[in-house]
Amino acid sequence: MRTLIEELCSIYGPTGHEERIREAISRLLNGSVDSVETDRFGNLIARKGPTASSANGKRIMLAAHMDEIGVMVTHVDAQGFCRFTTIGGVLTNALIGSRVLFANGVEGAFGMEGSPIARERPTPQKLFLDVGASSKEDARVQVGDTAVFRSAFGAVGDRLFAPNLDDRIGCAILGQALRELESTPHEILAVFTVQEEVGARGATTAGYGLDPEIVLAIDVTATGDFPQATPMEVALGKGPAIKIMDRRMIAHPTVRRWLETTAQDNGIPYQLEVLEFGSTDASAVQISRAGVPAGTVSIPCRYIHTPSQVADYNDARNAVSLLVHLLRDDPAILADMGGRTVDAAGVAADERDA
Amino acid sequence: MNELLERLSIARGVAGHEGEVRAILREHLAPHVDEIAVDSIGNLIARKGGPQNSPGQRVLLAAHMDEVGAIVMRCNPDGTVKFRSIGGLDPRILPGKRVRIGADAVPGVIMRAPHAARAGSRVAPIADLLIDTGGAGEIQPGDMITFESDYEQFGRLLKGKAFDDRVGCYILAQLLQEDFPCQLVGAFTVQEEIGLRGARVAAYAVEPDLAVALEGTVADDLPREEDISPTTELGKGPAISVMDRSAHADRRLVRILTQTADAHNIPYQIKQPGVGGTDVGAIHLARSGVPSVAVAVPCRYIHTPAALMDPADVENTIELMKHALAGSLARPLEAAGSEK
Repeated sequence: MRTLIEELCSIYGPTGHEERIREAISRLLNGSVDSVETDRFGNLIARKGPTASSANGKRIMLAAHMDEIGVMVTHVDAQGFCRFTTIGGVLTNALIGSRVLFANGVEGAFGMEGSPIARERPTPQKLFLDVGASSKEDARVQVGDTAVFRSAFGAVGDRLFAPNLDDRIGCAILGQALRELESTPHEILAVFTVQEEVGARGATTAGYGLDPEIVLAIDVTATGDFPQATPMEVALGKGPAIKIMDRRMIAHPTVRRWLETTAQDNGIPYQLEVLEFGSTDASAVQISRAGVPAGTVSIPCRYIHTPSQVADYNDARNAVSLLVHLLRDDPAILADMGGRTVDAAGVAADERDA
Repeated sequence: MNELLERLSIARGVAGHEGEVRAILREHLAPHVDEIAVDSIGNLIARKGGPQNSPGQRVLLAAHMDEVGAIVMRCNPDGTVKFRSIGGLDPRILPGKRVRIGADAVPGVIMRAPHAARAGSRVAPIADLLIDTGGAGEIQPGDMITFESDYEQFGRLLKGKAFDDRVGCYILAQLLQEDFPCQLVGAFTVQEEIGLRGARVAAYAVEPDLAVALEGTVADDLPREEDISPTTELGKGPAISVMDRSAHADRRLVRILTQTADAHNIPYQIKQPGVGGTDVGAIHLARSGVPSVAVAVPCRYIHTPAALMDPADVENTIELMKHALAGSLARPLEAAGSEK
């Protein structure tokens, strides 16, 4: 699966331009799912398994987002320098010194107005992109063109380095789990979503359209394992993180227990995650229609939303195992959730345990 | 330019108080559409079927009726009124502006509160401003406050208040008087300026195949020292959005609009990406998603009492939309994901 992660990380796919990554994922799923379609919003939806008919079988939506953060050109000046706006939560501090790549192969480097040794904090207004042009006419980009951060994929031992592990590592994990999953009692709706980085927009419409009974997002999460980090329990290499809470979602207690007991029963290492910033596709689907019990399998990742993100391959591998076990088995715990009265039943089950 | 545009510009209607605008539009449009009704939140929804034998797909066109303004918070015994903004007002432009308050349109003028007057040249936040009414009239907390501003000709330009988005309402009203080979649903929405609230429920109810928001948008095109793009420019045609804070436009629709403009020699511009937001933000996320785009008339000094726009941009926006609705917008889009 390492090569799969590397392959997906090498594909251009900023928010709004997910077609190349969609095509690649569609190709890799070929033969391991029952059907693949693209919805009207651009989400790639893969289906697998029976329509929910077995005793505890559920209609389960799994979401990993295809898009990555980037920049969009807002103006090309007479000298060919480009002003830009950000797409998604780009960290301005990380821009100087990083490179971008446009859909047509043009590269760009960030420059800043004024003296190169001034210790001024960069703001997007003071920055510009140098796209190797000497005039506006010469520039091979125009207003509205988008670029992604590009630095080479790298690995040191099991530590992976890439500008877009968020969320290509999630796409790889979900794709690999679908390949390894031989049979399931559930109706699996694996959605590779668009436009997560600007507010989980693809998941919002897919969640409504698919009307699932349970939703799980597979996405990266922050860690607390580097110098002076914001206190947080999650660390690289200690297994996938099972989300308890982030800024927009509290995981459904029954879904969380389903994830935890599955990991415990199968000897898969895991950690519990409380994230104080950010959220995932699951938060959007959780409040779709009359509500969907939601959880998240998170991949610990350092330096998220910078051009150098770092994750551990073992966490990805264990996330695949967790997903395969989750989806293969027919756990009684989900029966507790009832049919369409999931919330009341799920919370009641939780109260009984307490 | 036109009596309807003048009436729409003068009509008073901040979010939650769109009744006067709605009444003008309803009266104007009733003879021209198949069905016109007000929904539960106050949107005015006008429907016009396509040809009887092939009604075609459902196209939602949205323009918001509300304008930026303010609301009365407290009436003081000395005849002054404390207020807060409804929608985005720039406190730098407020002192000295004349306003009208409540259903009786009581006149008043915005000033700095006495306790803030010592602050020198610092811009007073809205919390430090009051409206002086001279003690006249019946005013109650909750009454709406609108700018007072005539509609007039400035050279070749038009000046008025609330072109955001009465110009969109005007354009939509013009389009609803024509026949197109699709089902046209015109939604004159409420409460856009405070979070796209009307459009959210309208799009859910209408379930369109695609949508276009018609807007007035920022033009900051006066000469500046640096070579930095204006958001839009007056006189250069309708401004098409590719991305703003509320949405990524559907790329198929952007292509349809630019190709239609090229084919009919209609000028257009791409709005500077990344700024602003429109009803598209709510519409494109309705139900399973609605392919959407925003087209806007550039307006200088938007969100002030004196917006300026070029009537040629208004006409070109109408022309562009007419050609697009007669052509590609009336036909099903190619499948999502087929773009390269």
